[in-house]
Amino acid sequence: MRADLLVETVAGLDEALGVVDAFDRALVAGLLRPQADGLFELADAVAGTPLAARVAEAAEKAAAGAAGEEHFVALAAARTALLGSVHDALVLRVEEATGRARGEEPPQVVGDRSAVNLLAAARSWLADLARSGWRGIDHDVVSGADQVISAMLKEPGLRRLATLLDGFVAELAASCPGASLDRVPERRWADLWSRAMLLTQPGAADVSPTATATGRLLPLGVDVHEHPTAAQAQVHAVFEPEDGSTPRLVRASVSVPKPDTILGAGIWQLLRPHMSLLAAISEGRSMTLTQMPITAEGDLIWNDEQARQGEPADAFTTARVALPTATTPVTAALDRHPARIAVPVFLEGYSSTKDTFTLAGQNLAVDTDRVPVAGPLTPEAVAASSACIGLLRWDAGVFSVQPLAVETTVRKKAVAVHAGAWAGGTTDKAGAKAEKAATDAAALLRERAGRLLRR
Amino acid sequence: MLSEHRERSSTARVIPPARPRKLAKVPFVELADGRLQGVVSSGSDVERVYVSSVAAGNYEFACSTNNNRPCGGAYGAFCKHIRSLISEAVVQYGAERVGRYLKVDGEDAQSITAAMDLTSPAQGGNTAAAPVFSRFLHHLAYLELAPTTAPLPEMQWFPPTRAVV
Ligand SMILES: [Zn+2]
Repeated sequence: MRADLLVETVAGLDEALGVVDAFDRALVAGLLRPQADGLFELADAVAGTPLAARVAEAAEKAAAGAAGEEHFVALAAARTALLGSVHDALVLRVEEATGRARGEEPPQVVGDRSAVNLLAAARSWLADLARSGWRGIDHDVVSGADQVISAMLKEPGLRRLATLLDGFVAELAASCPGASLDRVPERRWADLWSRAMLLTQPGAADVSPTATATGRLLPLGVDVHEHPTAAQAQVHAVFEPEDGSTPRLVRASVSVPKPDTILGAGIWQLLRPHMSLLAAISEGRSMTLTQMPITAEGDLIWNDEQARQGEPADAFTTARVALPTATTPVTAALDRHPARIAVPVFLEGYSSTKDTFTLAGQNLAVDTDRVPVAGPLTPEAVAASSACIGLLRWDAGVFSVQPLAVETTVRKKAVAVHAGAWAGGTTDKAGAKAEKAATDAAALLRERAGRLLRR
Repeated sequence: MLSEHRERSSTARVIPPARPRKLAKVPFVELADGRLQGVVSSGSDVERVYVSSVAAGNYEFACSTNNNRPCGGAYGAFCKHIRSLISEAVVQYGAERVGRYLKVDGEDAQSITAAMDLTSPAQGGNTAAAPVFSRFLHHLAYLELAPTTAPLPEMQWFPPTRAVV
């Protein structure tokens, strides 16, 4: 990999992010009496696009403190478009650095337009939130979302928006009152707000499979995401189609809402029964897929019945041999955002510390904070490693690598340590202890739920 | 990531990670509505739970059963349920966060409890018991929601963290 390309300036990036920052500052104070500069800058930035007229009108209205919901949606769309262009510029740079080709452009999918009432309720709350601004939030404003989130969580088709809002609201609630906040996570909350706003558009959250996958799946590693009341495990893998066509990078995900006391190994326990791939990861095996639905963005919609256990497959062999030949899927328009960049890479021949790999004289930040606690991979193992499978990411102006697995030396023997090694279960001493504690916690909650919920 | 980048980071961690704890004694605890509040199991009757709370700032406390019978132990001082609630909150959230929320200094559950005891806090009414209990049921209801294998791209904004509270 050409790490030198990752530290070079990307033309136009600072200007685009400057506009985003100005808009984000307007959300800090709120859009009742807004700092109008940021709104007009955003409108100017999309002046040459099909959004121009609507965003210009939205900026006018918002600057006068008279924006309606449709105006907030237009502003969120403009901000998303701008970050989409940042995403595209960064992805181009990643492609140059990895030397891998991109897959086909995904088609526009028009989704199903259901549950419009809940979406409208969510949009109305998001508009109120924008009016109060981050400095104006209090428990009344924040708890206004509780009922709509509870209702949305029960609708599988609304899971994306429900899960996003649930995590967002927990952060807002923990930060009340906004007036006494030390520092405001401006870009983050504006990201979550705009994304939620767009997902309230009927059909926007729809991800429909456009094809099926038949062939061999070679896992590279597992990435975990979690907020207090939800968790997702996302497997990155190389898929080799049976028909001999070009291998491609794919993902397989499983997610679940959860009580906030289910943590660590407890998350693996919740997810494990719903994706046999997690067991295959722990056992170091490939899987054979038969007509598994897949989206144009490279997301398998996993179904255990369409997968069976394959031959042993070492992730590092996959990374060395199969990964360089695989195409990287193209992200759908609405999902283009720098935070979405998570590109599998294989690195070796670096010198390392806990937070930096030095490759051919270039420093690349290593984000070990994203490595889940419920696994054997530690920052120490990363620092002592000689090869790494990771996800290339970009945040706060810099590229970094999130390790998924490393090769390191233990008692003069080369061993591989995987972040997701405990995904399918573990016999590791520390792991087994964590599993036992998590089993007890879940059993206790289920016992309480059985006793109290159905009265 | 780096703290100076907090404002410009899409993945700044806002809520410190909770720590796993044993749930038998105190199945539910939260810092919400200006209170440390939660549900404490009865030592003698599996059908009974206590709803206990301590208010931030003035430490006004309340304890009653889920059927709204007052707790016999909570007269003039914290009962054992409230003491358990505080110590489990410290396990889950860390002493620093619990102390900051309640506006009390203390490096562990014992010193936080003692500091609040010293102010002879008033006993409040049980008006919060019903909403707290319903939040507990809401919390349990998460166990019944179905998992999905459709991707949730939004979860990219919610990375885990190894940071210790
Ligand atoms: Zn009591």
